[in-house]
Amino acid sequence: MSAAAVHSLWTTAAEPISKIDAPKIEYGQLSPTLIVIGAAIVGVLVEAFVPRKSRYYAQVFVSAVALCAAFAAVVALAAGGYGTTKAHIAAMGAIAVDGPSLFLQGTILLAGLVGLFTFAERRLDPAAHGNRVDSFAAQAASVPGSDSEQAAVKAGFTTTEVFPLLLFAISGMLVFPSANDLLTLFVALEVFSLPLYLMCALARRKRLMSQEAAVKYFLLGAFASAFTLFGIAMLYGYAGSVSYATIAQVVDGTVTNVDPALANTMGNDALLLIGAAMVVMGLLFKVGAVPFHMWTPDVYQGAPTPVTGFMAAATKVAAFGALLRLLYVVLPGMRWDWRPVMWGVAIITMLGGAIVAITQTDIKRLLAYSSIAHAGFILAGVIATSKDGVSSVLFYLAAYSFVTIGAFAVVTLVRDAGGEATHLSKWAGLGRRSPLVAAVFAVFLLAFAGIPLTSGFAGKFAVFKAAAEGGAVPLVVIGVISSAIAAFFYIRVIVLMFFSEPSPEGPTVAVPSPLTMAAIGLGVAVTLVLGVAPQYFLNLASQAGVFVR
Amino acid sequence: MSFPLLTATAVLPAAGAVATAAVPAARRTAAKWLALLVSLATLVLAIVVMVRFDPGGARYQLTESHAWIADFGVRYELGVDGIAVALLALTALLIPFIILAGWHDADPLETGSKRWRPTQGFFALILAVEAMVIISFEATDVFLFYIFFEAMLIPMYFLIGGFGDRAHAQGEEAASTQRSYAAVKFLLYNLVGGLIMLAAVIGLYTVAGNFSLTEIAQARANGTLHMATSTERWLFLGFFFAFAVKAPLWPLHTWLPNAMQESTAPVAVLITAVVDKVGTFAMLRFCLQLFPEASKWATPTILVLALISIIYGALLAVGQRDIKRLVAYASISHFGFIILGIFAMTSQGQSGATLYMVNHGISTAALMLVAGFLISRRGSRLIADYGGVQKVAPVLAGTFLIGSLATLSLPGLAPFVSEFLVLVGTFTRYPAIGIIATFGIVLAALYTLVLYQRTMTGPVKPAVSAMPDLKARELVVVAPLIVLLIFLGVYPKPVTDIVNPAVNQTMSDVHKTDPKPAVEAAK
Repeated sequence: MSAAAVHSLWTTAAEPISKIDAPKIEYGQLSPTLIVIGAAIVGVLVEAFVPRKSRYYAQVFVSAVALCAAFAAVVALAAGGYGTTKAHIAAMGAIAVDGPSLFLQGTILLAGLVGLFTFAERRLDPAAHGNRVDSFAAQAASVPGSDSEQAAVKAGFTTTEVFPLLLFAISGMLVFPSANDLLTLFVALEVFSLPLYLMCALARRKRLMSQEAAVKYFLLGAFASAFTLFGIAMLYGYAGSVSYATIAQVVDGTVTNVDPALANTMGNDALLLIGAAMVVMGLLFKVGAVPFHMWTPDVYQGAPTPVTGFMAAATKVAAFGALLRLLYVVLPGMRWDWRPVMWGVAIITMLGGAIVAITQTDIKRLLAYSSIAHAGFILAGVIATSKDGVSSVLFYLAAYSFVTIGAFAVVTLVRDAGGEATHLSKWAGLGRRSPLVAAVFAVFLLAFAGIPLTSGFAGKFAVFKAAAEGGAVPLVVIGVISSAIAAFFYIRVIVLMFFSEPSPEGPTVAVPSPLTMAAIGLGVAVTLVLGVAPQYFLNLASQAGVFVR
Repeated sequence: MSFPLLTATAVLPAAGAVATAAVPAARRTAAKWLALLVSLATLVLAIVVMVRFDPGGARYQLTESHAWIADFGVRYELGVDGIAVALLALTALLIPFIILAGWHDADPLETGSKRWRPTQGFFALILAVEAMVIISFEATDVFLFYIFFEAMLIPMYFLIGGFGDRAHAQGEEAASTQRSYAAVKFLLYNLVGGLIMLAAVIGLYTVAGNFSLTEIAQARANGTLHMATSTERWLFLGFFFAFAVKAPLWPLHTWLPNAMQESTAPVAVLITAVVDKVGTFAMLRFCLQLFPEASKWATPTILVLALISIIYGALLAVGQRDIKRLVAYASISHFGFIILGIFAMTSQGQSGATLYMVNHGISTAALMLVAGFLISRRGSRLIADYGGVQKVAPVLAGTFLIGSLATLSLPGLAPFVSEFLVLVGTFTRYPAIGIIATFGIVLAALYTLVLYQRTMTGPVKPAVSAMPDLKARELVVVAPLIVLLIFLGVYPKPVTDIVNPAVNQTMSDVHKTDPKPAVEAAK
């Protein structure tokens, strides 16, 4: 490097700072995320300054208000036309404010609110030493079975930190489907993943299993994140930018300004293919698609059930949102490359999830495999690569998340001396002992199975219709076959609940507080409304089906 | 806007189901009466539909049409043709008898949990099935039909799996296991059929863009909607598969004997006389109208399958030791006749098939309900456990005999007319098949008369010596059915008048005309 060049570098660096423009941030349009992050920080402060006795109430209050306010902000934005005509890219190209973003953010916030209800439930576990307890460990840091754990339980400690953790996770999930460059995508991924890893480890009962689940989730999740990051680096090498719009331009060959530093690698298709595959792999890990599903059953089983429910619903919504944006906005130009691969993934996910679920004996593991099969059905809609495909996936995600949270909330009610009785044999005859709870769970199972007049059928029909119109008829046929296989194990649980004799030492059904009742009631209501009269919500999803580019 | 009569026929039992389910646990009898009254009110509505229906009028009458799910191209469209009216009337007619016959079937054995309300559930489920069956007869939107075709499996499943015969030879534990096996088998068979149909329904949408039966059929007829031959055939197979499972047609029939054997007699009647009719009805309404060319293409295969059903079902019925299984196999044989009549593609055949659906419903109900009364008295389903019943319970034996004779299509009883029409209709186009099918009647005589002989005649077995005769409630169930069997056997005109115009319409859909009689052809 010549002396002159070095000199010019120095002088450039020494230019007055006033010349850098402040980034233009549309705070109003980002308000849903900002409200949730703000509340999460308030929650941290509550942990620091509010007396232990009042923390629970303060946290629940702050979280609920924040989620409602954020949801109101989403509705206001949508009403202001940001989902349709005014859709644009905000925050210097980092965040897209458009239909899919707002729809998914609304879904995540509602799922988060319902999830919060189940987090805040304190009537299920018997009170320990006169203190009401929730599903979370008294003191996460104490070794399971140790004296310090005993002391923490005796002192009536509760891990109220879960509420700010939940809010942090939700804030990451809000950004994830609206991220419009790869770095924002990655940051959002980490922001929602890390609190989830932590929350998985916090079960009050079966703590070792919970911690094992968290370690598994963390290790595999870290792997997946690393893949994603590596893929992002390669895509940067390919396009010279992490912005979705620029990468899409490079893929289409309509790029205008080429970065000279990357002239050697730019446009190198190998980088594109490997990079895109790695990023997609990271996202498929989060949605739990085969063959990246290995973590799902263990984590779903080990995590505290409220966390499982929230995670199963909201993570899926966020990750599918991000996947949709990536495939529809960044990589539409190479759909002939990714479609065959996604076909394969969808097929093995549908069949794999459905077939392996048959052999499960634990209700949470069964629901985990069922969630894998559902990921496959949603992928069928993703593959449609049409506007209908987007809106059908949006609708499916909304329908699915409420059923899931409701189903896991019912799981928290069925208990015996060791906490939740998740082994299927314990559920025998539940319909005789608690007809209402069993009937509600049967409604959720029928919705999972996609029986008409439930939301599951409307969703399944929407994605299959989109897939068939997109030319993926074989995929629809395989989807229908795996639905039949999946129906078998949902039905098996119903048989068990209603037609088997209850065992004398079977579990009891705890009477929950209005919080869990609200979560379950909302689940049932959404399931039936979306099943019988889905038109309004289909319209909503269809209006929201266009990505801003 | 006029009164939505067709909607009312479905909403009434649906609302009745909800109301019945909500009756408090202690008021079992009130729940029963409520269910009975609702089913009778539905029957009144069905009669109003019958009266208001003008056989010479438009093809679909009393139509209703509302927007429903625009994104899926689905409308809430109802309308009845003659075939639908006949089956609607049959359904509404049979449900009160089913409820009355099952009056004590769901009384709880022990007063266990206060919240466990099997009785309310039993009658609510029957009404729910009625509502769904009725709406699937009325739907002229393929999607609407599909939804209820599929959804009715769920209440049906709970009826089969949740309620069985009181006494069981191997004890309650074994009975419960066998029941849930039968229920799951029923559900899986029908669900797989339904899901395959779902793929075809989606396929139909991608081809036609909407689900309206009338619009699609019209567009097909005037050539504006073209389907590739292979597409049409695949779609036809998707639809037909589901209906053939439901009907059931050999070799998809194996769920029926299990389901009928394990469920109580009224539920068995509900399955075979009401729910299964949706399958054969849908073949007439959807397969033939939507896919006329493919229907003609598939006719030879289907006729052979129907023929196998007739003979195979009858042969297996001869060999049964269990009364309910015997009736189940007899039904499979009869469904073979119905499908034979539909796909013979003659007007006699299709009129006969529709009439057959009605008559089979009534005759099976008569036979099966009496058989149920018999079984509840002795606590066994095995034929060998009975003998000489006619000496101790002559009325029971007499009604059982009439039910049996109706099943073998004795002239003078209703099923004879329809069986004759089906055979004539088949013979005019396919003489060989008509001749072979006739052997089904011979076998029917064998299995029904042997059944009667073994259970009712001969020396009185000790176990049946104290058997009481039919009680008043049971007579109320059986007598009207027998009257109807005789009336329609002598004078089937009221039904055929309603059915015939609709059949002729369907015939013209598939571009088929009756073959000329031999004498006329020779001229």
